[in-house]
Amino acid sequence: MARIWSFGSDVDTDQIVPGRYAPYMTRDEELGRYAFIEARPDFAAAVRPGDLIVAGPNFGCGSSREYAAQALHLTGLAGIFAPSFARIFYRNAANLGLRLFEADLREELGDGEEVDFDFEGRVIRAGGRELAIEEPPELLLRAWQAGGLAALLFAEARR
Amino acid sequence: MASLAEKILGRAVGRGLRPGEVVEVTAQRIMVHDSIAPAVRRILTANLGHDRPLHPERMAVVIDHVAPAANLATAESQRDLRGWVAANGIRDFHDAGDGIAHQLLIEDRIARPGEIVIGSDSHSTSYGAVCAFGTGMGATDIALAVATGRTWFRVPETIRIEVTGSFGPGVGAKDLALTVTGRLGADGAIYSALEYRGVAALSVAERTTLASMAVEAGAKVGLVHPEGLPAEQAAPDWLLADDDHEPRGRRLEIDLDRLEPMLARPGRVDDVAPISEFEGRAVDVVYVGTCTNGRHEDIARVAGLLRGRRVAAGTRLIVVPASRASMAAAVADGSIATLLEAGAVIGPPGCGACIGRHMGVLAAGEVCLFTGNRNFRGRMGSPEAEIYLGSPEVAAATAVAGRLGDPRAILEVIC
Repeated sequence: MARIWSFGSDVDTDQIVPGRYAPYMTRDEELGRYAFIEARPDFAAAVRPGDLIVAGPNFGCGSSREYAAQALHLTGLAGIFAPSFARIFYRNAANLGLRLFEADLREELGDGEEVDFDFEGRVIRAGGRELAIEEPPELLLRAWQAGGLAALLFAEARR
Repeated sequence: MASLAEKILGRAVGRGLRPGEVVEVTAQRIMVHDSIAPAVRRILTANLGHDRPLHPERMAVVIDHVAPAANLATAESQRDLRGWVAANGIRDFHDAGDGIAHQLLIEDRIARPGEIVIGSDSHSTSYGAVCAFGTGMGATDIALAVATGRTWFRVPETIRIEVTGSFGPGVGAKDLALTVTGRLGADGAIYSALEYRGVAALSVAERTTLASMAVEAGAKVGLVHPEGLPAEQAAPDWLLADDDHEPRGRRLEIDLDRLEPMLARPGRVDDVAPISEFEGRAVDVVYVGTCTNGRHEDIARVAGLLRGRRVAAGTRLIVVPASRASMAAAVADGSIATLLEAGAVIGPPGCGACIGRHMGVLAAGEVCLFTGNRNFRGRMGSPEAEIYLGSPEVAAATAVAGRLGDPRAILEVIC
């Protein structure tokens, strides 16, 4: 089962990882522990691989710091669902292989709810309900398979 | 008619473009700064077995985010970065104290009209001040561009900001930028280009304020129409010329004659209202600086209002110039002397406390009036600090009063 973590609109990168926790201020491998360290201190300790974030529009706005996306990716999240994402965050997530889904599920899924996310079946099952997930763009599917868009593009660069 | 964004990207691929197309283009300039450079190098090494840029002559490397180094970790990281710059023959290198990357690339004319300039910092939209397609990216995207010389874009829709009139006393480019952010909302320009029109009378400094803030509405670029740029930064004809088709997309009209000094409330860049709604709120720190409002013009405006006055007891004024040249000009015209007499602290050119790492970090419970671009919770230090965004003029009035204040009140006394 996957737990739903609900967030509001315009979640900025200073909430995800404040600048003071930049990798060279801490250590790379510890980054996951700093996800939402001040904005939601219970998150990093309780989040489990496979969990989902459900948020409002413009998730990840603000800084270009890729370590915001990286910190969330390191927690093992299976996906972030929001009506829209800040463009730099979207590119960072695509490069890293963190799965973003442009969908508004705020009315459907509440914080703390336990669901079953069947990515292959493109469906979230929540207490008898089935929420269909729109087919992601083909390029992103390939990128996720490869461990991120960067892995695909670097493979091309090496050729 | 083709928007400025469509023209620049279209020129790069050699054909007309429509919003929504995805194009691969040459990154004509790539800016990397101190706090992202280690990640860029690590990603290059992990994927390619080396960290050499394909085109060192297109690179610009700047130490500005923590400058000079605040602790051992940043000192060692910056030492390594200097080594990388030297080993790869990167000539456009600016060390700690030269200033903020965005200001330096514009001042030194490294970012040029009509070029595609990508940077490792989100405020790389600043290059739109000289009508360069400037935009920020994360470490992996930058690393890919460093390795291949190329990057990709979705051609953005354009939102035209049609400006008429001229600024009244005590009102300036920051009030326009805040008004636009407030009207569009923090996600109002997401995936889009902002295109400022009717601003031929604005200086490059004022244009940089507008372009740097474009990202706060989610924009990919903030392109200021190149009409009126100084001769040494003049745009090529293909960029200046307008064809005669009707522009597509959304428009926002703003009459500068009706603009007032504006503030953004703590926590949200788009929670914007006139100064009259805030007057009287006690302020601990007034912070003047950043790529948005740390240039010589901004410092001179603050000094002009502080001449013969003192910073209020219980309030600290911190001034961090955007570049060495900005600081030198402010020394030469007496602005720095005026600020020192008024009780200001002057910091070395750079990003200062904008990212909350050094040089004036805020404590819990402190209230700050900031001429920068972001007031997110925890941005400048404690998440329990409050950051109001405002203009250099509002900063000056606030420093004198020790409370959020309307610059027009002191301007009347001077006149």
